[in-house]
Amino acid sequence: MKWINKILSAWLDELRVVSHDVGIIIFVVLVPLFYPLLYAYIYNNEQVREIPFALVDDSHSPQSRDFVRKVDATPTAALYASCLSMGEAEEMMKRREVYGIIHIPASFARDLSRGDQTTVGLYCDMSTMLYYKGLLMAASSASLEVNRGIKVGKFLPGSTDRQDAVTAMPVTYDSVALYNPQSGFASYLIPPVLMLIIQQTLLLGIGMSMGSTRERNGGLIPAQHSATSMVLGKTLFYLPLYVVSAVYMFAVVTRGFSLPQLGDYTTFLAFIVPYIVACIMLGITLSMLVYRREDCIMLFVFMSVPLLFLSGISWPGSAIPDFWKYVSWLFPSTFGMNGYMRITSMGATLTDVSAELSGLMVQIAAYFATATLLYYRRLTKQ
Amino acid sequence: MDFRNSQYGRLWSIMWRELSTFAHRPLLLFTMLVAPIVSMVLFLSIMSDGLPTSLPAAVVDEDNTATSRAVVRTLDAMQATNLVARYPDFASARQAMLRGEIYGFFHIPKGVTEKAIASRQPHIAFYTNDCYYMPAALLLKDMKLSSELVGLAITRESLYGHGLTPRAAMGVVQPVVVETHPLNNPELNYSAYLNNIIIPGILFLMIMLTTAYSIGIEWKNGTQRRLYAMSGYSSTVALVGKLLPQTLVFSLMMVFFDVCFYRYSLFPCNSSIASMMLLGIVAVMASQGLAVFAMGIFAGQMRMAMSACSLWGIVAVSITGFTFPVPAMNAPLQWLSWLFPLRHYYMIYVNQALNGYPVWYVWQHIVALMAFMLLPLTVLWRYRVAFLKIKYVP
Repeated sequence: MKWINKILSAWLDELRVVSHDVGIIIFVVLVPLFYPLLYAYIYNNEQVREIPFALVDDSHSPQSRDFVRKVDATPTAALYASCLSMGEAEEMMKRREVYGIIHIPASFARDLSRGDQTTVGLYCDMSTMLYYKGLLMAASSASLEVNRGIKVGKFLPGSTDRQDAVTAMPVTYDSVALYNPQSGFASYLIPPVLMLIIQQTLLLGIGMSMGSTRERNGGLIPAQHSATSMVLGKTLFYLPLYVVSAVYMFAVVTRGFSLPQLGDYTTFLAFIVPYIVACIMLGITLSMLVYRREDCIMLFVFMSVPLLFLSGISWPGSAIPDFWKYVSWLFPSTFGMNGYMRITSMGATLTDVSAELSGLMVQIAAYFATATLLYYRRLTKQ
Repeated sequence: MDFRNSQYGRLWSIMWRELSTFAHRPLLLFTMLVAPIVSMVLFLSIMSDGLPTSLPAAVVDEDNTATSRAVVRTLDAMQATNLVARYPDFASARQAMLRGEIYGFFHIPKGVTEKAIASRQPHIAFYTNDCYYMPAALLLKDMKLSSELVGLAITRESLYGHGLTPRAAMGVVQPVVVETHPLNNPELNYSAYLNNIIIPGILFLMIMLTTAYSIGIEWKNGTQRRLYAMSGYSSTVALVGKLLPQTLVFSLMMVFFDVCFYRYSLFPCNSSIASMMLLGIVAVMASQGLAVFAMGIFAGQMRMAMSACSLWGIVAVSITGFTFPVPAMNAPLQWLSWLFPLRHYYMIYVNQALNGYPVWYVWQHIVALMAFMLLPLTVLWRYRVAFLKIKYVP
């Protein structure tokens, strides 16, 4: 029974430190509560619609106007202005009134009636890829549509409507965006960001509480504690708190912002508990670097952005060099983000995320060992 | 004259004092040098390919005819796609997707070739996992093109049957061709696109944190009054003396980034590199100004100021709008974006290095950056109070 008392007293110590410290409460309670809402609000519109483009129509023909109407009719592009010259259109680009120019050559209608290929120019601003993607999609779907009409109308007219339809598209196809049907930005980015928030706030919170203890009593650990009981006591404090935050993220945030939700509750819990424990163990290990409470902000905050890219979510994992892949395996967030996203957005089962789960288990074992060893070393020193 | 001299003398001695703290505080060296350089190396090396290629995808070919195999070969030959597996049915391909092994797959059902020959309009489908946004978008492009090509190949054959020449047939198959010109980033270099903002973004975050930390530490150590006395009781001298050495280090870092970007990695630089360096230095000072302002608001209490700075610095990366554009965000966020130096840095970078347009098109953003630099003036009186009356609250 003695060891239970030891763990409980370590737990009580942590509770005492945290409850008297607004700084820690901000990171471990308020940030997990409000940051998800802020991010969801930023990306909530999911897609870029009606990207303004300028038109330079040198052809002035019914065919060219038909083409432009079809571009304008797509959800991603919107005709902003018709310009007389490229110079005028470029001026609009410079003033950022439009993000692209469509140039229809003077020979457009003539080429088409002669049965020659004709080229429409699309000039895109590359300040963000979404403008480029949107305008390219609009222009190419308009051109495909025009092409089909020309083919059937002029060269291969059928005798029935059905025959025309078959000639227009000898093979039909469907493109299915699985698990994120509208290809939305929030649906893709929010689930991993939620996991990142869990890890980063844990690192900050645990680090800050370590900094406080070190500042207050010169880093001395009360004599009744052992290394294992310190680590377990802290874990016991943060785990329930973060399970509540995680459930809030899984249920309230995901539902509130209508993000994809195929996840099963038990699967989610079975995955999230090891994830949180791994984060806590890493947090305790890294907190040994923190000598003053503010140090941890300097050390941990900037890592969020690199970790998001290293996880293989913002940047495809297959394109990440091996060295950085191994580095990314040092952080629970890599497994946490991939596993959580597959569970919540794609409805994966535990067997589907077994690779991530075993990664987390290895981390728990390794960081538990380092955390207790480091505490042990400090206890023997003192 | 003597007065001026003594003021510079004070500035000088505060700067020396600051430099000696750098020397025995490894944490500051970490935030000023190690973190920005490691981040830069990391981002430049993971994106060294520019545009990701060979993304793992799979194919479910239930038809398995010469035609369907030709389609698969076409797809495999495309730049972004790397077919790593073939699965017998839809379910097992979906399982592979759930395990995260592939980003998408191409499905050719049984009887496609037969129906196509008989003009019965067969149907094919492709599936991308849009939870992985970028790979899905790149695969989608390839798969869509392959699907179009299947139909076009069939049409071309029937046109040859009608006696058309290859050139005439192309005029029928694809009368309108869209020629895309991605201006100033023709090879769709994602490294240039993302790193131009991410890496300075991390630096600006570190600047804000370092500024708040090194000012706040005076109160924490209880040395704020000694500093104030050294400055001859002038908040301006005290702050400038403390921050000038950091301004120098961070500006050199920014210049180093510019050299790495535009001379070593050869990112598009259609303005002069000097103007990007100047922009970098102004943005460094704007970030410092914002942090000094935050410290002033919280009257020397570093805990709240640093929390605010970290919140600001991290949100900046999103609200800058280089991935998801600001005009597509909700209206309040569009206004809020003005309060982030990184946003203005991005807008001026697009105007300068990316597009090489005349600088007056972004005058609003230049004014905004200048305003950030002058922001400390509004809180000098609070510093005066803080130096004299306020103590660190543990």
